[in-house]
Amino acid sequence: MIRDITLGQFYPGNSVIHRLDPRIKIIATLLYIVALFVVKDFAGFIAPFVLLEAVIILSKVPRRYIWRGLRPVLIIIAFTLAINLFMVRGEVLWQLGFLHITREGVHTAVFMGIRLVLLIIGSTMLTLTTRPIGLTDGIEALLSPFKKIGLPAHELAMMMTIALRFIPTLLEETDKIIKAQQARGADFESGNLFRRAKALIPILVPLFISAFRIAQDLAMAMEARCYGGNVKRTRMNAMKFARRDLIAAILFCLFLAIVVAQRVLM
Amino acid sequence: MEFVRVENLIFDYMKTDEGGAPVATRAIDGVSFCVEKGSFTAIIGQNGSGKSTLAKNLNGLLVPTEGEITIDGLDTSDPANIWNVRQKVAMVFQNPDNQIVSAIVEDDVAFGPENLGIDPAEIRQRVDAALEGVEMGDYKDKAPHLLSGGQKQRIAIAGAIAMQPECIVFDEPTAMLDPRGRSEVLKIALDLNRRGMTVIFITHFMEEAACADHVIVMDGGKLRMEGTPRDIFAREEELKALNLDVPAAVQLASQLRARGVDLPDSILTAEELVDALTQPVPAEAAEEVSS
Ligand SMILES: Nc1ncnc2c1ncn2[C@@H]1O[C@H](COP(=O)(O)OP(=O)(O)O)[C@@H](O)[C@H]1O
Ligand SMILES: [Mg+2]
Repeated sequence: MIRDITLGQFYPGNSVIHRLDPRIKIIATLLYIVALFVVKDFAGFIAPFVLLEAVIILSKVPRRYIWRGLRPVLIIIAFTLAINLFMVRGEVLWQLGFLHITREGVHTAVFMGIRLVLLIIGSTMLTLTTRPIGLTDGIEALLSPFKKIGLPAHELAMMMTIALRFIPTLLEETDKIIKAQQARGADFESGNLFRRAKALIPILVPLFISAFRIAQDLAMAMEARCYGGNVKRTRMNAMKFARRDLIAAILFCLFLAIVVAQRVLM
Repeated sequence: MEFVRVENLIFDYMKTDEGGAPVATRAIDGVSFCVEKGSFTAIIGQNGSGKSTLAKNLNGLLVPTEGEITIDGLDTSDPANIWNVRQKVAMVFQNPDNQIVSAIVEDDVAFGPENLGIDPAEIRQRVDAALEGVEMGDYKDKAPHLLSGGQKQRIAIAGAIAMQPECIVFDEPTAMLDPRGRSEVLKIALDLNRRGMTVIFITHFMEEAACADHVIVMDGGKLRMEGTPRDIFAREEELKALNLDVPAAVQLASQLRARGVDLPDSILTAEELVDALTQPVPAEAAEEVSS
């Protein structure tokens, strides 16, 4: 079903990883992704792998949730693998007509595959262990230095909060509209690309109307609950930089140092 | 003591026509009434009669075009009062989906108190208490889109309770719910009222209106009838003229009366009807009915 998307979903818990300051987690995730691109050989993946394993074990998030996060992007991974497998030139291992697989191709494909999987699981761990509010509060805090040059950090964060909340609702709505149009004989599955694209109009128009109605209702409801921008707002879970955050930051710097050293020295 | 005072309220929605000239649609037309502190007031009326517009006027989401509304003595059209008024009068809307802001239940309940600038520790307490109050404590870490309509509506009510208002306006909170969700929401509203909350409950279910202390009937932007449920639902013909029904028990009782069953005029609920019917019936009356 269309609503089974786990992308950006939170797994409630109370582990050390859950309790880390969202700001630390966001920065660490970004740097971890950069680190994955610093790595140049297979041995280089050992450090990111160990880090990721440690985070998964500490977070106590069941592995099936993590796999579920990986599922929607499997196609992208498969596509990347195929491209690398067939496109890279070098010593030919196997050939069929114009298709050929080279030693270098296999090497690059496996390398890219590992990098992608580590990247996706890493960022999934961020959303699985950070409540959406923490995530958006964290982003707001990290963006707030740019308020001086006119960046609406709070508004952006609020938009993200609402988007995270309403993506499932809008998916459900889309599902409903598709079914309603099919019940009236709409055909979304045949014809060329152009015809199919045209068939989407009767889905998109009601979806937009419904999104605007939701927005109007929600704006009213938020106002009724005294929302007036960021004036004097407090937070139930105020972000506090605790000792565990300092320890996590130090350990993470150690990880970065290992990755860089491995790249430079080997 | 009166908590809400509405005096000669007129409300126009402004729109622009094709030429760009402003046109006014009059949604409320000269309505006056009072709501006593701690009372349970039901507002009924057919679609488009102005109930939602009235509700939104009660906490300053809309301000009167003419006339005056005071909440606990505060004039809603004075911008200086607006936050005070909204904190005193919380609202629960019809669509349970479109009023939940956060992707996690307890974060949503915290939204109102956060906006009020309450201390984090106190927000925590209020959120836990509000969720317990609507029996949704076990769901505090869940995502709202996985809950049923009735559960979502209870979350919305918890969000209102957490603001510690003195009055909650419910705008057809049960219209989109199944019967079970409906009775849960009504029960919570009645419970809150029992513990001192002033409740204004808009509904088109007459059984729900029958639970109120006071009923207001709206039609075409005007207040048409006002009184206790017993008085209002005794005026079946007038209600029919406004396209409104009476509760099933009242209707059944009046039909039985028309068939000659001796029933008191004051029957309002199914329980009262059952009680009246299970009274020992005089022998000759029973004969009359069966013949
Ligand atoms: N946002 C709006 N803009 C213009 N007219 C509106 C708007 N909302 C409601 N109305 C009109 O005001 C009248 C009262 O509507 P409403 O208060 O929603 O009634 P009810 O809640 O009793 O169904 C209706 O005629 C409706 O068409
Ligand atoms: Mg309405």
